[in-house]
Amino acid sequence: MNIESQDFYTQIILSMAALVGLTSFLMLGQGRLLRLIFVFAVQGLLLTLTTALAAYSLDNPHLYISAVLTLALKVIFIPWMLRREVLKMNLHRDVEALGNQTAMMLGGASLMVFSYYVLHPIVQTTSPVMLNALAVSLSVVLLGMLLMISHKQAIAHVVGFMSIENGLFFAAIVATKGMPMVVELGIAFDVLVAAVLFGIFFFHIRTSIDSLDVDLLNKLNEVDK
Amino acid sequence: MIPAYLLLLITLSGIVFFALSGHKPNMGKVNVWFNAVSLFATMWLAINVFNNGTILSADKAFLVDSFNVYLIVLTAFIGLTTSIFSNPYMEHEKDLGKLTANRLKLYYSMYQGFMLAMYLVLTTNNMGVMWVGMEAATLATVLLVSLYRTPESIEAAWKYFILCGVGIAQALFGTILLYYAAMQIGDGENALLWSELFQHASQLNPEVLEIAFVFLLIGYGTKIGLVPLHNWLPDAHSEGPTPMSAVLSGLLLNDALYAVVRNKMLVDGATHSDMAGHLMMGFGLLSFLVGALFLHRQKDIKRLFSYSSIEHMGLMTFAFGVGGSLATFAALLHMTVHSLTKSAIFVTVGHATQVAGTQRMDKIRGLIKTQPKIGWGLLIGTISIAGFPPFGVFTSEFLVLLATMHSYPLMTLPLLLGIGIAFAGLFRHIQPMVFGAKPEGQNPVKANLLPVMLHLALVLWLGLAIPTFLAHWFSQATVLISGSSPL
Repeated sequence: MNIESQDFYTQIILSMAALVGLTSFLMLGQGRLLRLIFVFAVQGLLLTLTTALAAYSLDNPHLYISAVLTLALKVIFIPWMLRREVLKMNLHRDVEALGNQTAMMLGGASLMVFSYYVLHPIVQTTSPVMLNALAVSLSVVLLGMLLMISHKQAIAHVVGFMSIENGLFFAAIVATKGMPMVVELGIAFDVLVAAVLFGIFFFHIRTSIDSLDVDLLNKLNEVDK
Repeated sequence: MIPAYLLLLITLSGIVFFALSGHKPNMGKVNVWFNAVSLFATMWLAINVFNNGTILSADKAFLVDSFNVYLIVLTAFIGLTTSIFSNPYMEHEKDLGKLTANRLKLYYSMYQGFMLAMYLVLTTNNMGVMWVGMEAATLATVLLVSLYRTPESIEAAWKYFILCGVGIAQALFGTILLYYAAMQIGDGENALLWSELFQHASQLNPEVLEIAFVFLLIGYGTKIGLVPLHNWLPDAHSEGPTPMSAVLSGLLLNDALYAVVRNKMLVDGATHSDMAGHLMMGFGLLSFLVGALFLHRQKDIKRLFSYSSIEHMGLMTFAFGVGGSLATFAALLHMTVHSLTKSAIFVTVGHATQVAGTQRMDKIRGLIKTQPKIGWGLLIGTISIAGFPPFGVFTSEFLVLLATMHSYPLMTLPLLLGIGIAFAGLFRHIQPMVFGAKPEGQNPVKANLLPVMLHLALVLWLGLAIPTFLAHWFSQATVLISGSSPL
């Protein structure tokens, strides 16, 4: 695949895929919550731009609605809510000690390679561009999970959860030019409700264990107490 | 199609009604009425499908065929009986001071919300909307798991939220891949409609669908409670209010399995291989065995029965994976009898924990002496779920074994072993709880055991003789899923 021989839209999509993947790696190694939230908002912004671009070049007006929804939810509402929570809990000065950074980054890189490996069979019937886009989306999903495993603050878990959503959204925009409108609205509604519920949960967890460190949520297990 | 719209409208207005109504004293009764009307709507729908066959709405948004219509009726039925049980139960919990009036309002509103999500998953023709409905079911129930606001319940709800949220995200990736495969052969807006996909299944790209199915199975499998994605299930069942455990076990798990089977039908049509079936068999067998083994280690009565749910869901997944007409028929029957029995058991367990004032099994003793109805209910329910002969669970498990012996003879050994282990695991705990001497301070409570008796009677009936119309229905669904008739 020669990138210069692709049309302008494809080139931009590929660059966007690279940038979205990069933001996922940036989040993975981030121990400061406010920066984590900032990078998450940047990822949301990249998605918004991708969606708007897809809407423009494919002349598909309903994608503009998706772009606006993404902007409102992923760039403004959720980061704002999380930021407020961090400031309220006075967590913005803490730097979370993340285990073995090198191993985590290497793990992240291997997840990306793994995504390419998993999705490689589809290259037989489609362009390599699509493989790139889908593989990056899948790796954003997997990196989101790794983020949740490696961080122990509830807020970082929510960021991981939402960045998984971002990866799926990117796949939907790039590979299938958006889902049908009704599905997209449904997903946006679910994300909104989930975000509100997370806000409620922060409150409950705080009143219950006086912290947002989910490692302290360890009462229920199969080991005899 | 009118009854299907009516059904969604009733539950939707239920959410709004309970959310807006003040603290009325008889909200539990109103909830029963909402569910009763829903049940009538589903009956109407079922009669329509019985007379006219598959119904596809004019805009193709909803599809009701012989596979989902009986699940819809089952959902409405268990929704109704559980609401009958939940009325006095929740009042009692409120009297104990575990709940405030506001949370009770939230409970009733979200009860209807959960029912709406379930009906949406079952009736929709759009695979994307099915995902949205499944996620909505998580969102509706997550605040109910933490309804008591104890540290344990908040932990359980958080786990449930995160695990199911992340899990179900995989199913969305699978759905996107499915859509991608469909876009290669058709146009945009209709490409996620199941009826269209099923018609053109053989043209779909098999490579893409194979990858998609892995994600769909992992995603919806989290909600089925397949091992190793099951961790949320015992926690959510044990810490939430008991009526919630009954509907989660009886309905949510079934509907997630329904979503997997719908997708499997597409994948089978495209790949012409047993890949999807083998995956389901593997996951199913693992869940079945792990669930059966974990029964032995439990200390909490609700955790015990949630592991039993994992075990039975594993068996159903396995049976759908085996494929063929007999196994599919058995799996459909098992879905029905398991839902009925398990929700009846949870209702009894709810009363038993109120009698004993604890969920710890070593503190619950001599139930038959304290309150015979509850003791016998628990005993008979357990006999039924363990698969003893006169009950329907025996019939379906026997059919699964028969089908397995036919297609994969060696697999019968682990199945028989698992059934034996599960039987021992259940009875070592249940025996001392129902028999034995009654401890100090264990008093009878006001209990309505009508739902339990109704469910167990139905299971008994299904075990003795399946009524013709139901057998006809199951076999039609079997033809739809596996392509051949068992009768």
